[in-house]
Parts: sequence; C-alpha cells; structure tokens
Amino acid sequence: MSTLIGLPKNGYRVVPGPEAYLSPSAAIMGVVLPEEGQGLIEGEIVPQEVAMEEIANRLLSARNPMLFPGPLVLWAWSDKAVAKAKALQDMVAEVPGMRIIPMPDYRPKYPMINPEVEINPNHPNLTIWHNNIDVCMFVGVHCHFANLALKIVRAGTDCYTIALCGERGHEDAMITLRDVHAEEVRKITETIKRVKMGRVSCQKEE
Amino acid sequence: MEALKISPGFEKVMPQEYLELVEDGPYGRGLGVKDLGTFKELIEVHPLCAGCALGLSIRLILASLPNPENTVIVGTTGCNAILMPQVAIHNIHCLFGNQSAVATGLKRALRLRYPNTHKDVVVMAGDGGVVDIGLAPTMHSWFRREQFTTIMLDNEGYSNTGGQESGMTRQGVVVNMAPLGKKFPKVPLHEVAKVAGCAYVATATPARARRLGQMVRRAILVAREIGPAYVQIFCPCSTNYKFPPAESLKRAKETEITEYMVPEAKEWIERIEKGPKAEEVSNEA
Ligand SMILES: Cc1ncc(C[n+]2csc(CCOP(=O)(O)OP(=O)(O)O)c2C)c(N)n1
Ligand code: SF4
Repeated sequence: MSTLIGLPKNGYRVVPGPEAYLSPSAAIMGVVLPEEGQGLIEGEIVPQEVAMEEIANRLLSARNPMLFPGPLVLWAWSDKAVAKAKALQDMVAEVPGMRIIPMPDYRPKYPMINPEVEINPNHPNLTIWHNNIDVCMFVGVHCHFANLALKIVRAGTDCYTIALCGERGHEDAMITLRDVHAEEVRKITETIKRVKMGRVSCQKEE
Repeated sequence: MEALKISPGFEKVMPQEYLELVEDGPYGRGLGVKDLGTFKELIEVHPLCAGCALGLSIRLILASLPNPENTVIVGTTGCNAILMPQVAIHNIHCLFGNQSAVATGLKRALRLRYPNTHKDVVVMAGDGGVVDIGLAPTMHSWFRREQFTTIMLDNEGYSNTGGQESGMTRQGVVVNMAPLGKKFPKVPLHEVAKVAGCAYVATATPARARRLGQMVRRAILVAREIGPAYVQIFCPCSTNYKFPPAESLKRAKETEITEYMVPEAKEWIERIEKGPKAEEVSNEA
C-alpha cells in the first residue's frame, strides 16, 4: 500500500473554477487516488477522518448545499442501495438548508431537461448556475459519468464539489472519499453533528 | 418490478417523468403495439425529421419488446443514433459497423452473469451500418449462430450524412450525393440471412404496425431459444428522397412483408402463442 501523503509534485490543486473551457483532468495533473482509509482534499491525500471533517465544515458553511444522488442510490436495486439512500437522507436532514436534486440516469433529454429539478452529466453546470449552488455532493453516480460531470462543474462554475465514492474515489472532486457505503455515510453524519455542536458551543462562549 | 423501485424517501425528489415510468411504464407488463396510447412509453418525443418512418418504426419496436427491462439495444451511427440515447432503456452506441461484434460479446457476457434470466440483446442500425460497413460482423454473427436479434432500419440510403447510396438503395435511384444513380440492385439481405444461419427472418413495414410488432416480438423470442433472428424494416426517408412527410406511410406500404422460420423456431413460436397468455412471456431462462 502506498503511504503517499501530499499534493502532486507540480503543486496542482483541485480547486473551484471556473478553471477553463476544457479543464485538465486531475489525473493528468498528477493527482492520484487515495488508498484505503484515506481521502483527497483538493488533490492532497489525507486520512479519511480529516476529509470527513472538511466535508462537514464545507456543508455547514454553505449558503446553498446540495446533494446530487445518482442511479446507484436513487433506485432500490439492492438492500445496500436502500440502506445507503436512507443514510444519505438522514445526513441531508442534519445540514441546514441542504436540498436534493437527482440524477436518475444519464440520458441526454430532448428537447431539454429541466436543470432546476434534475441534474444530468451532460450539462451539470446548468443545474449549478440556475440553482445558485455553492457546495454540492455527488454520490451513487457511475465512475465515468461522475468524472465527466465533476470536470464540467470545475470547468465552468465556482461550486465546491464533494464526491462520495463506493469504489476508489474521484480525483476530479475537491473532496473525495473512497469505499463509502451506508456505514461511512453515517460516520459523516456523526461528524456533521459533532462539528455543528462545536460551532454552537463556540457561539455560546463568544 | 423489483429493479425499478425508487429507494424509499427519494420519490419526493424524482422528476415526474421517472415517477410515471415506474408507475405506468411498460416494464414487466407484457404490453405490445396494441396497447400504445395507454401507458408511458420508453420514448415520447424525438428530434428526427417530421414524418420520419424510421422514428415511427423505433416507437413500434420499443413497444414490442417482450421484456424491455431486460433488453439492451446495440446501435450504431445513423439517424437512429440521434434518438436512441434518449430512450428509457439500456442502449449502447458502437463504432459505425461494429454493432454485431459488440452485441456478440455483450450477449455472451450477460448469459454468464445472469444464467437464470433471459437478457435480450437487439442490434438496431441503419442499412448502411448493417449491409455495408457492418456486413462482416453481421454475417459472422449469423454464421456463429449468436443468439441475438438484428433489426435493420432500411431507409435505402445513408440519410444521416445527407444522402449517399447504400447497398439497399434500389437500382437506378439517384440520391443527393450519388448523381449517377445506383448501378446494381438492392442487396437481398433477408435472403442472405436465411442461408447464413438465421432461425427467423422477416421483412416488415411500420405501415402495418401490429404485424411489425408481432415480427419483432417473434424474432426476439426465437433469438432467446433457437438462434439468430433478422428483421428488415422499410423506413422511407422523406428528407433524402424528397417527398412530403405526410406520404411516408403510403410509401412504407410499397414493400413486401415476408416471414421465414426454421422448423424449430416455428414450433417454439406456436407453443408460446398458443399459451394462455401469449403476451406475457416469462423471461426466466
Ligand atoms: C467509421 C465511420 N465512418 C463513417 C461515419 C460517417 N457516418 C455517419 S452516419 C453515416 C451513414 C449512416 O447510414 P445508415 O447506417 O444507413 O443510417 P441512416 O442515417 O440512413 O439511418 C455515416 C457514413 C462514421 N460516423 N463512422
Ligand atoms: S433524414 Fe430521413 S431517416 Fe433521417 S431522420 Fe430525417 S426522415 Fe428520418
């Protein structure tokens, strides 16, 4: 197992855009996927817990946080999918103002989808723009479509992207975690609750 | 349908179209052409030309799939490829002409992965894709007796690229980009299919909608149990053949409807169609 911790040698960071009409893929810029127990923050390999903490902070600081669930969790195709869907909805309930816009499949729609009510990998930027989303979380989107959507979002918007992946992670997101199933989602929810409590007690002290 | 349930709680964020597909779609219901207008179709609107007979044929084909939830359509470049990605069914777009090679691998893999369920693989492509550039993979899939259905959407030319001749263009016809006129006759691919190993071969037209639906259905059921199936559908193209779109169906009638089955296929079809619920064919392997 790699013990690599840190940014790519060239210092490239996966940060909110707009980066370029065709932003380079993070992999081409040297970002590598995390190993077990690790995550990525802006291309830098960090321990999983650190990434969870940052996810909690980002979601709780957002003006308009949004969950983008993909087909792997929207459809009840297995008990695991249903459990993960439930855990995600519990997580959303813990983040003030967080809403959900689904990506039920990957079809380009004719004459055009309504980007306000659904997100599509072919034009995710429209959903971000029209709904004015500053932090979003992708989950349950098949790898190649997630990579495509994340790159388009980074290319054309200033939205902060988080990708919870059931496989190896998504280097094109600003924060990513790998091996995320229902249990890991519940861990994120616990982290959100803890960070929220910390913020409340800080306010009290002030 | 087990596979088409929404995860509890997410129903409230699903767009209306998906709620309708789950509640009123054709999945697992054994519907057919006769039921059109009574259920939520797999495609509703499309960007093909007004009066396109190919678009109508695809609508009829989609309504005729015995088990749409367990069907994968394999297509290739051409007018149909503009419509197909929008259909609420699994479909794969291949390199031009490669569709039967991709379908071969897909069908074999699905059989290994899902040994207890019939996963129907249906190749659907234009005449250029099937009879010209894709002829070798098409024929070899028949020689090898690969168990999937090939449907040719025969508009007698290359329409998507502005009107070049294909093997299916009739002799003497002048299309936009072939001013000298076709020098040799239309390729009799349905005849070739019979000697190449197809267990079911039909020529159809969208002008006879129910018959087309019956043929597509029979082809897919034969491909499941007996061997390769081929359906050739005549789809006149008003844009490249320069006739008023309203004439498409009249023109579509100008073809011969034929049906051929090897004896085992005939026996199998008779057995299914004599059953108590001919429309509801189980897809358990
Ligand atoms: C390998 C390759 N060669 C050529 C083309 C260009 N091309 C796109 S559509 C098309 C014609 C398709 O004709 P047909 O299969 O008859 O379908 P139709 O458009 O008539 O429905 C061609 C040649 C391509 N996309 N790929
Ligand atoms: S060019 Fe012809 S085949 Fe293509 S969409 Fe138009 S009418 Fe249909």
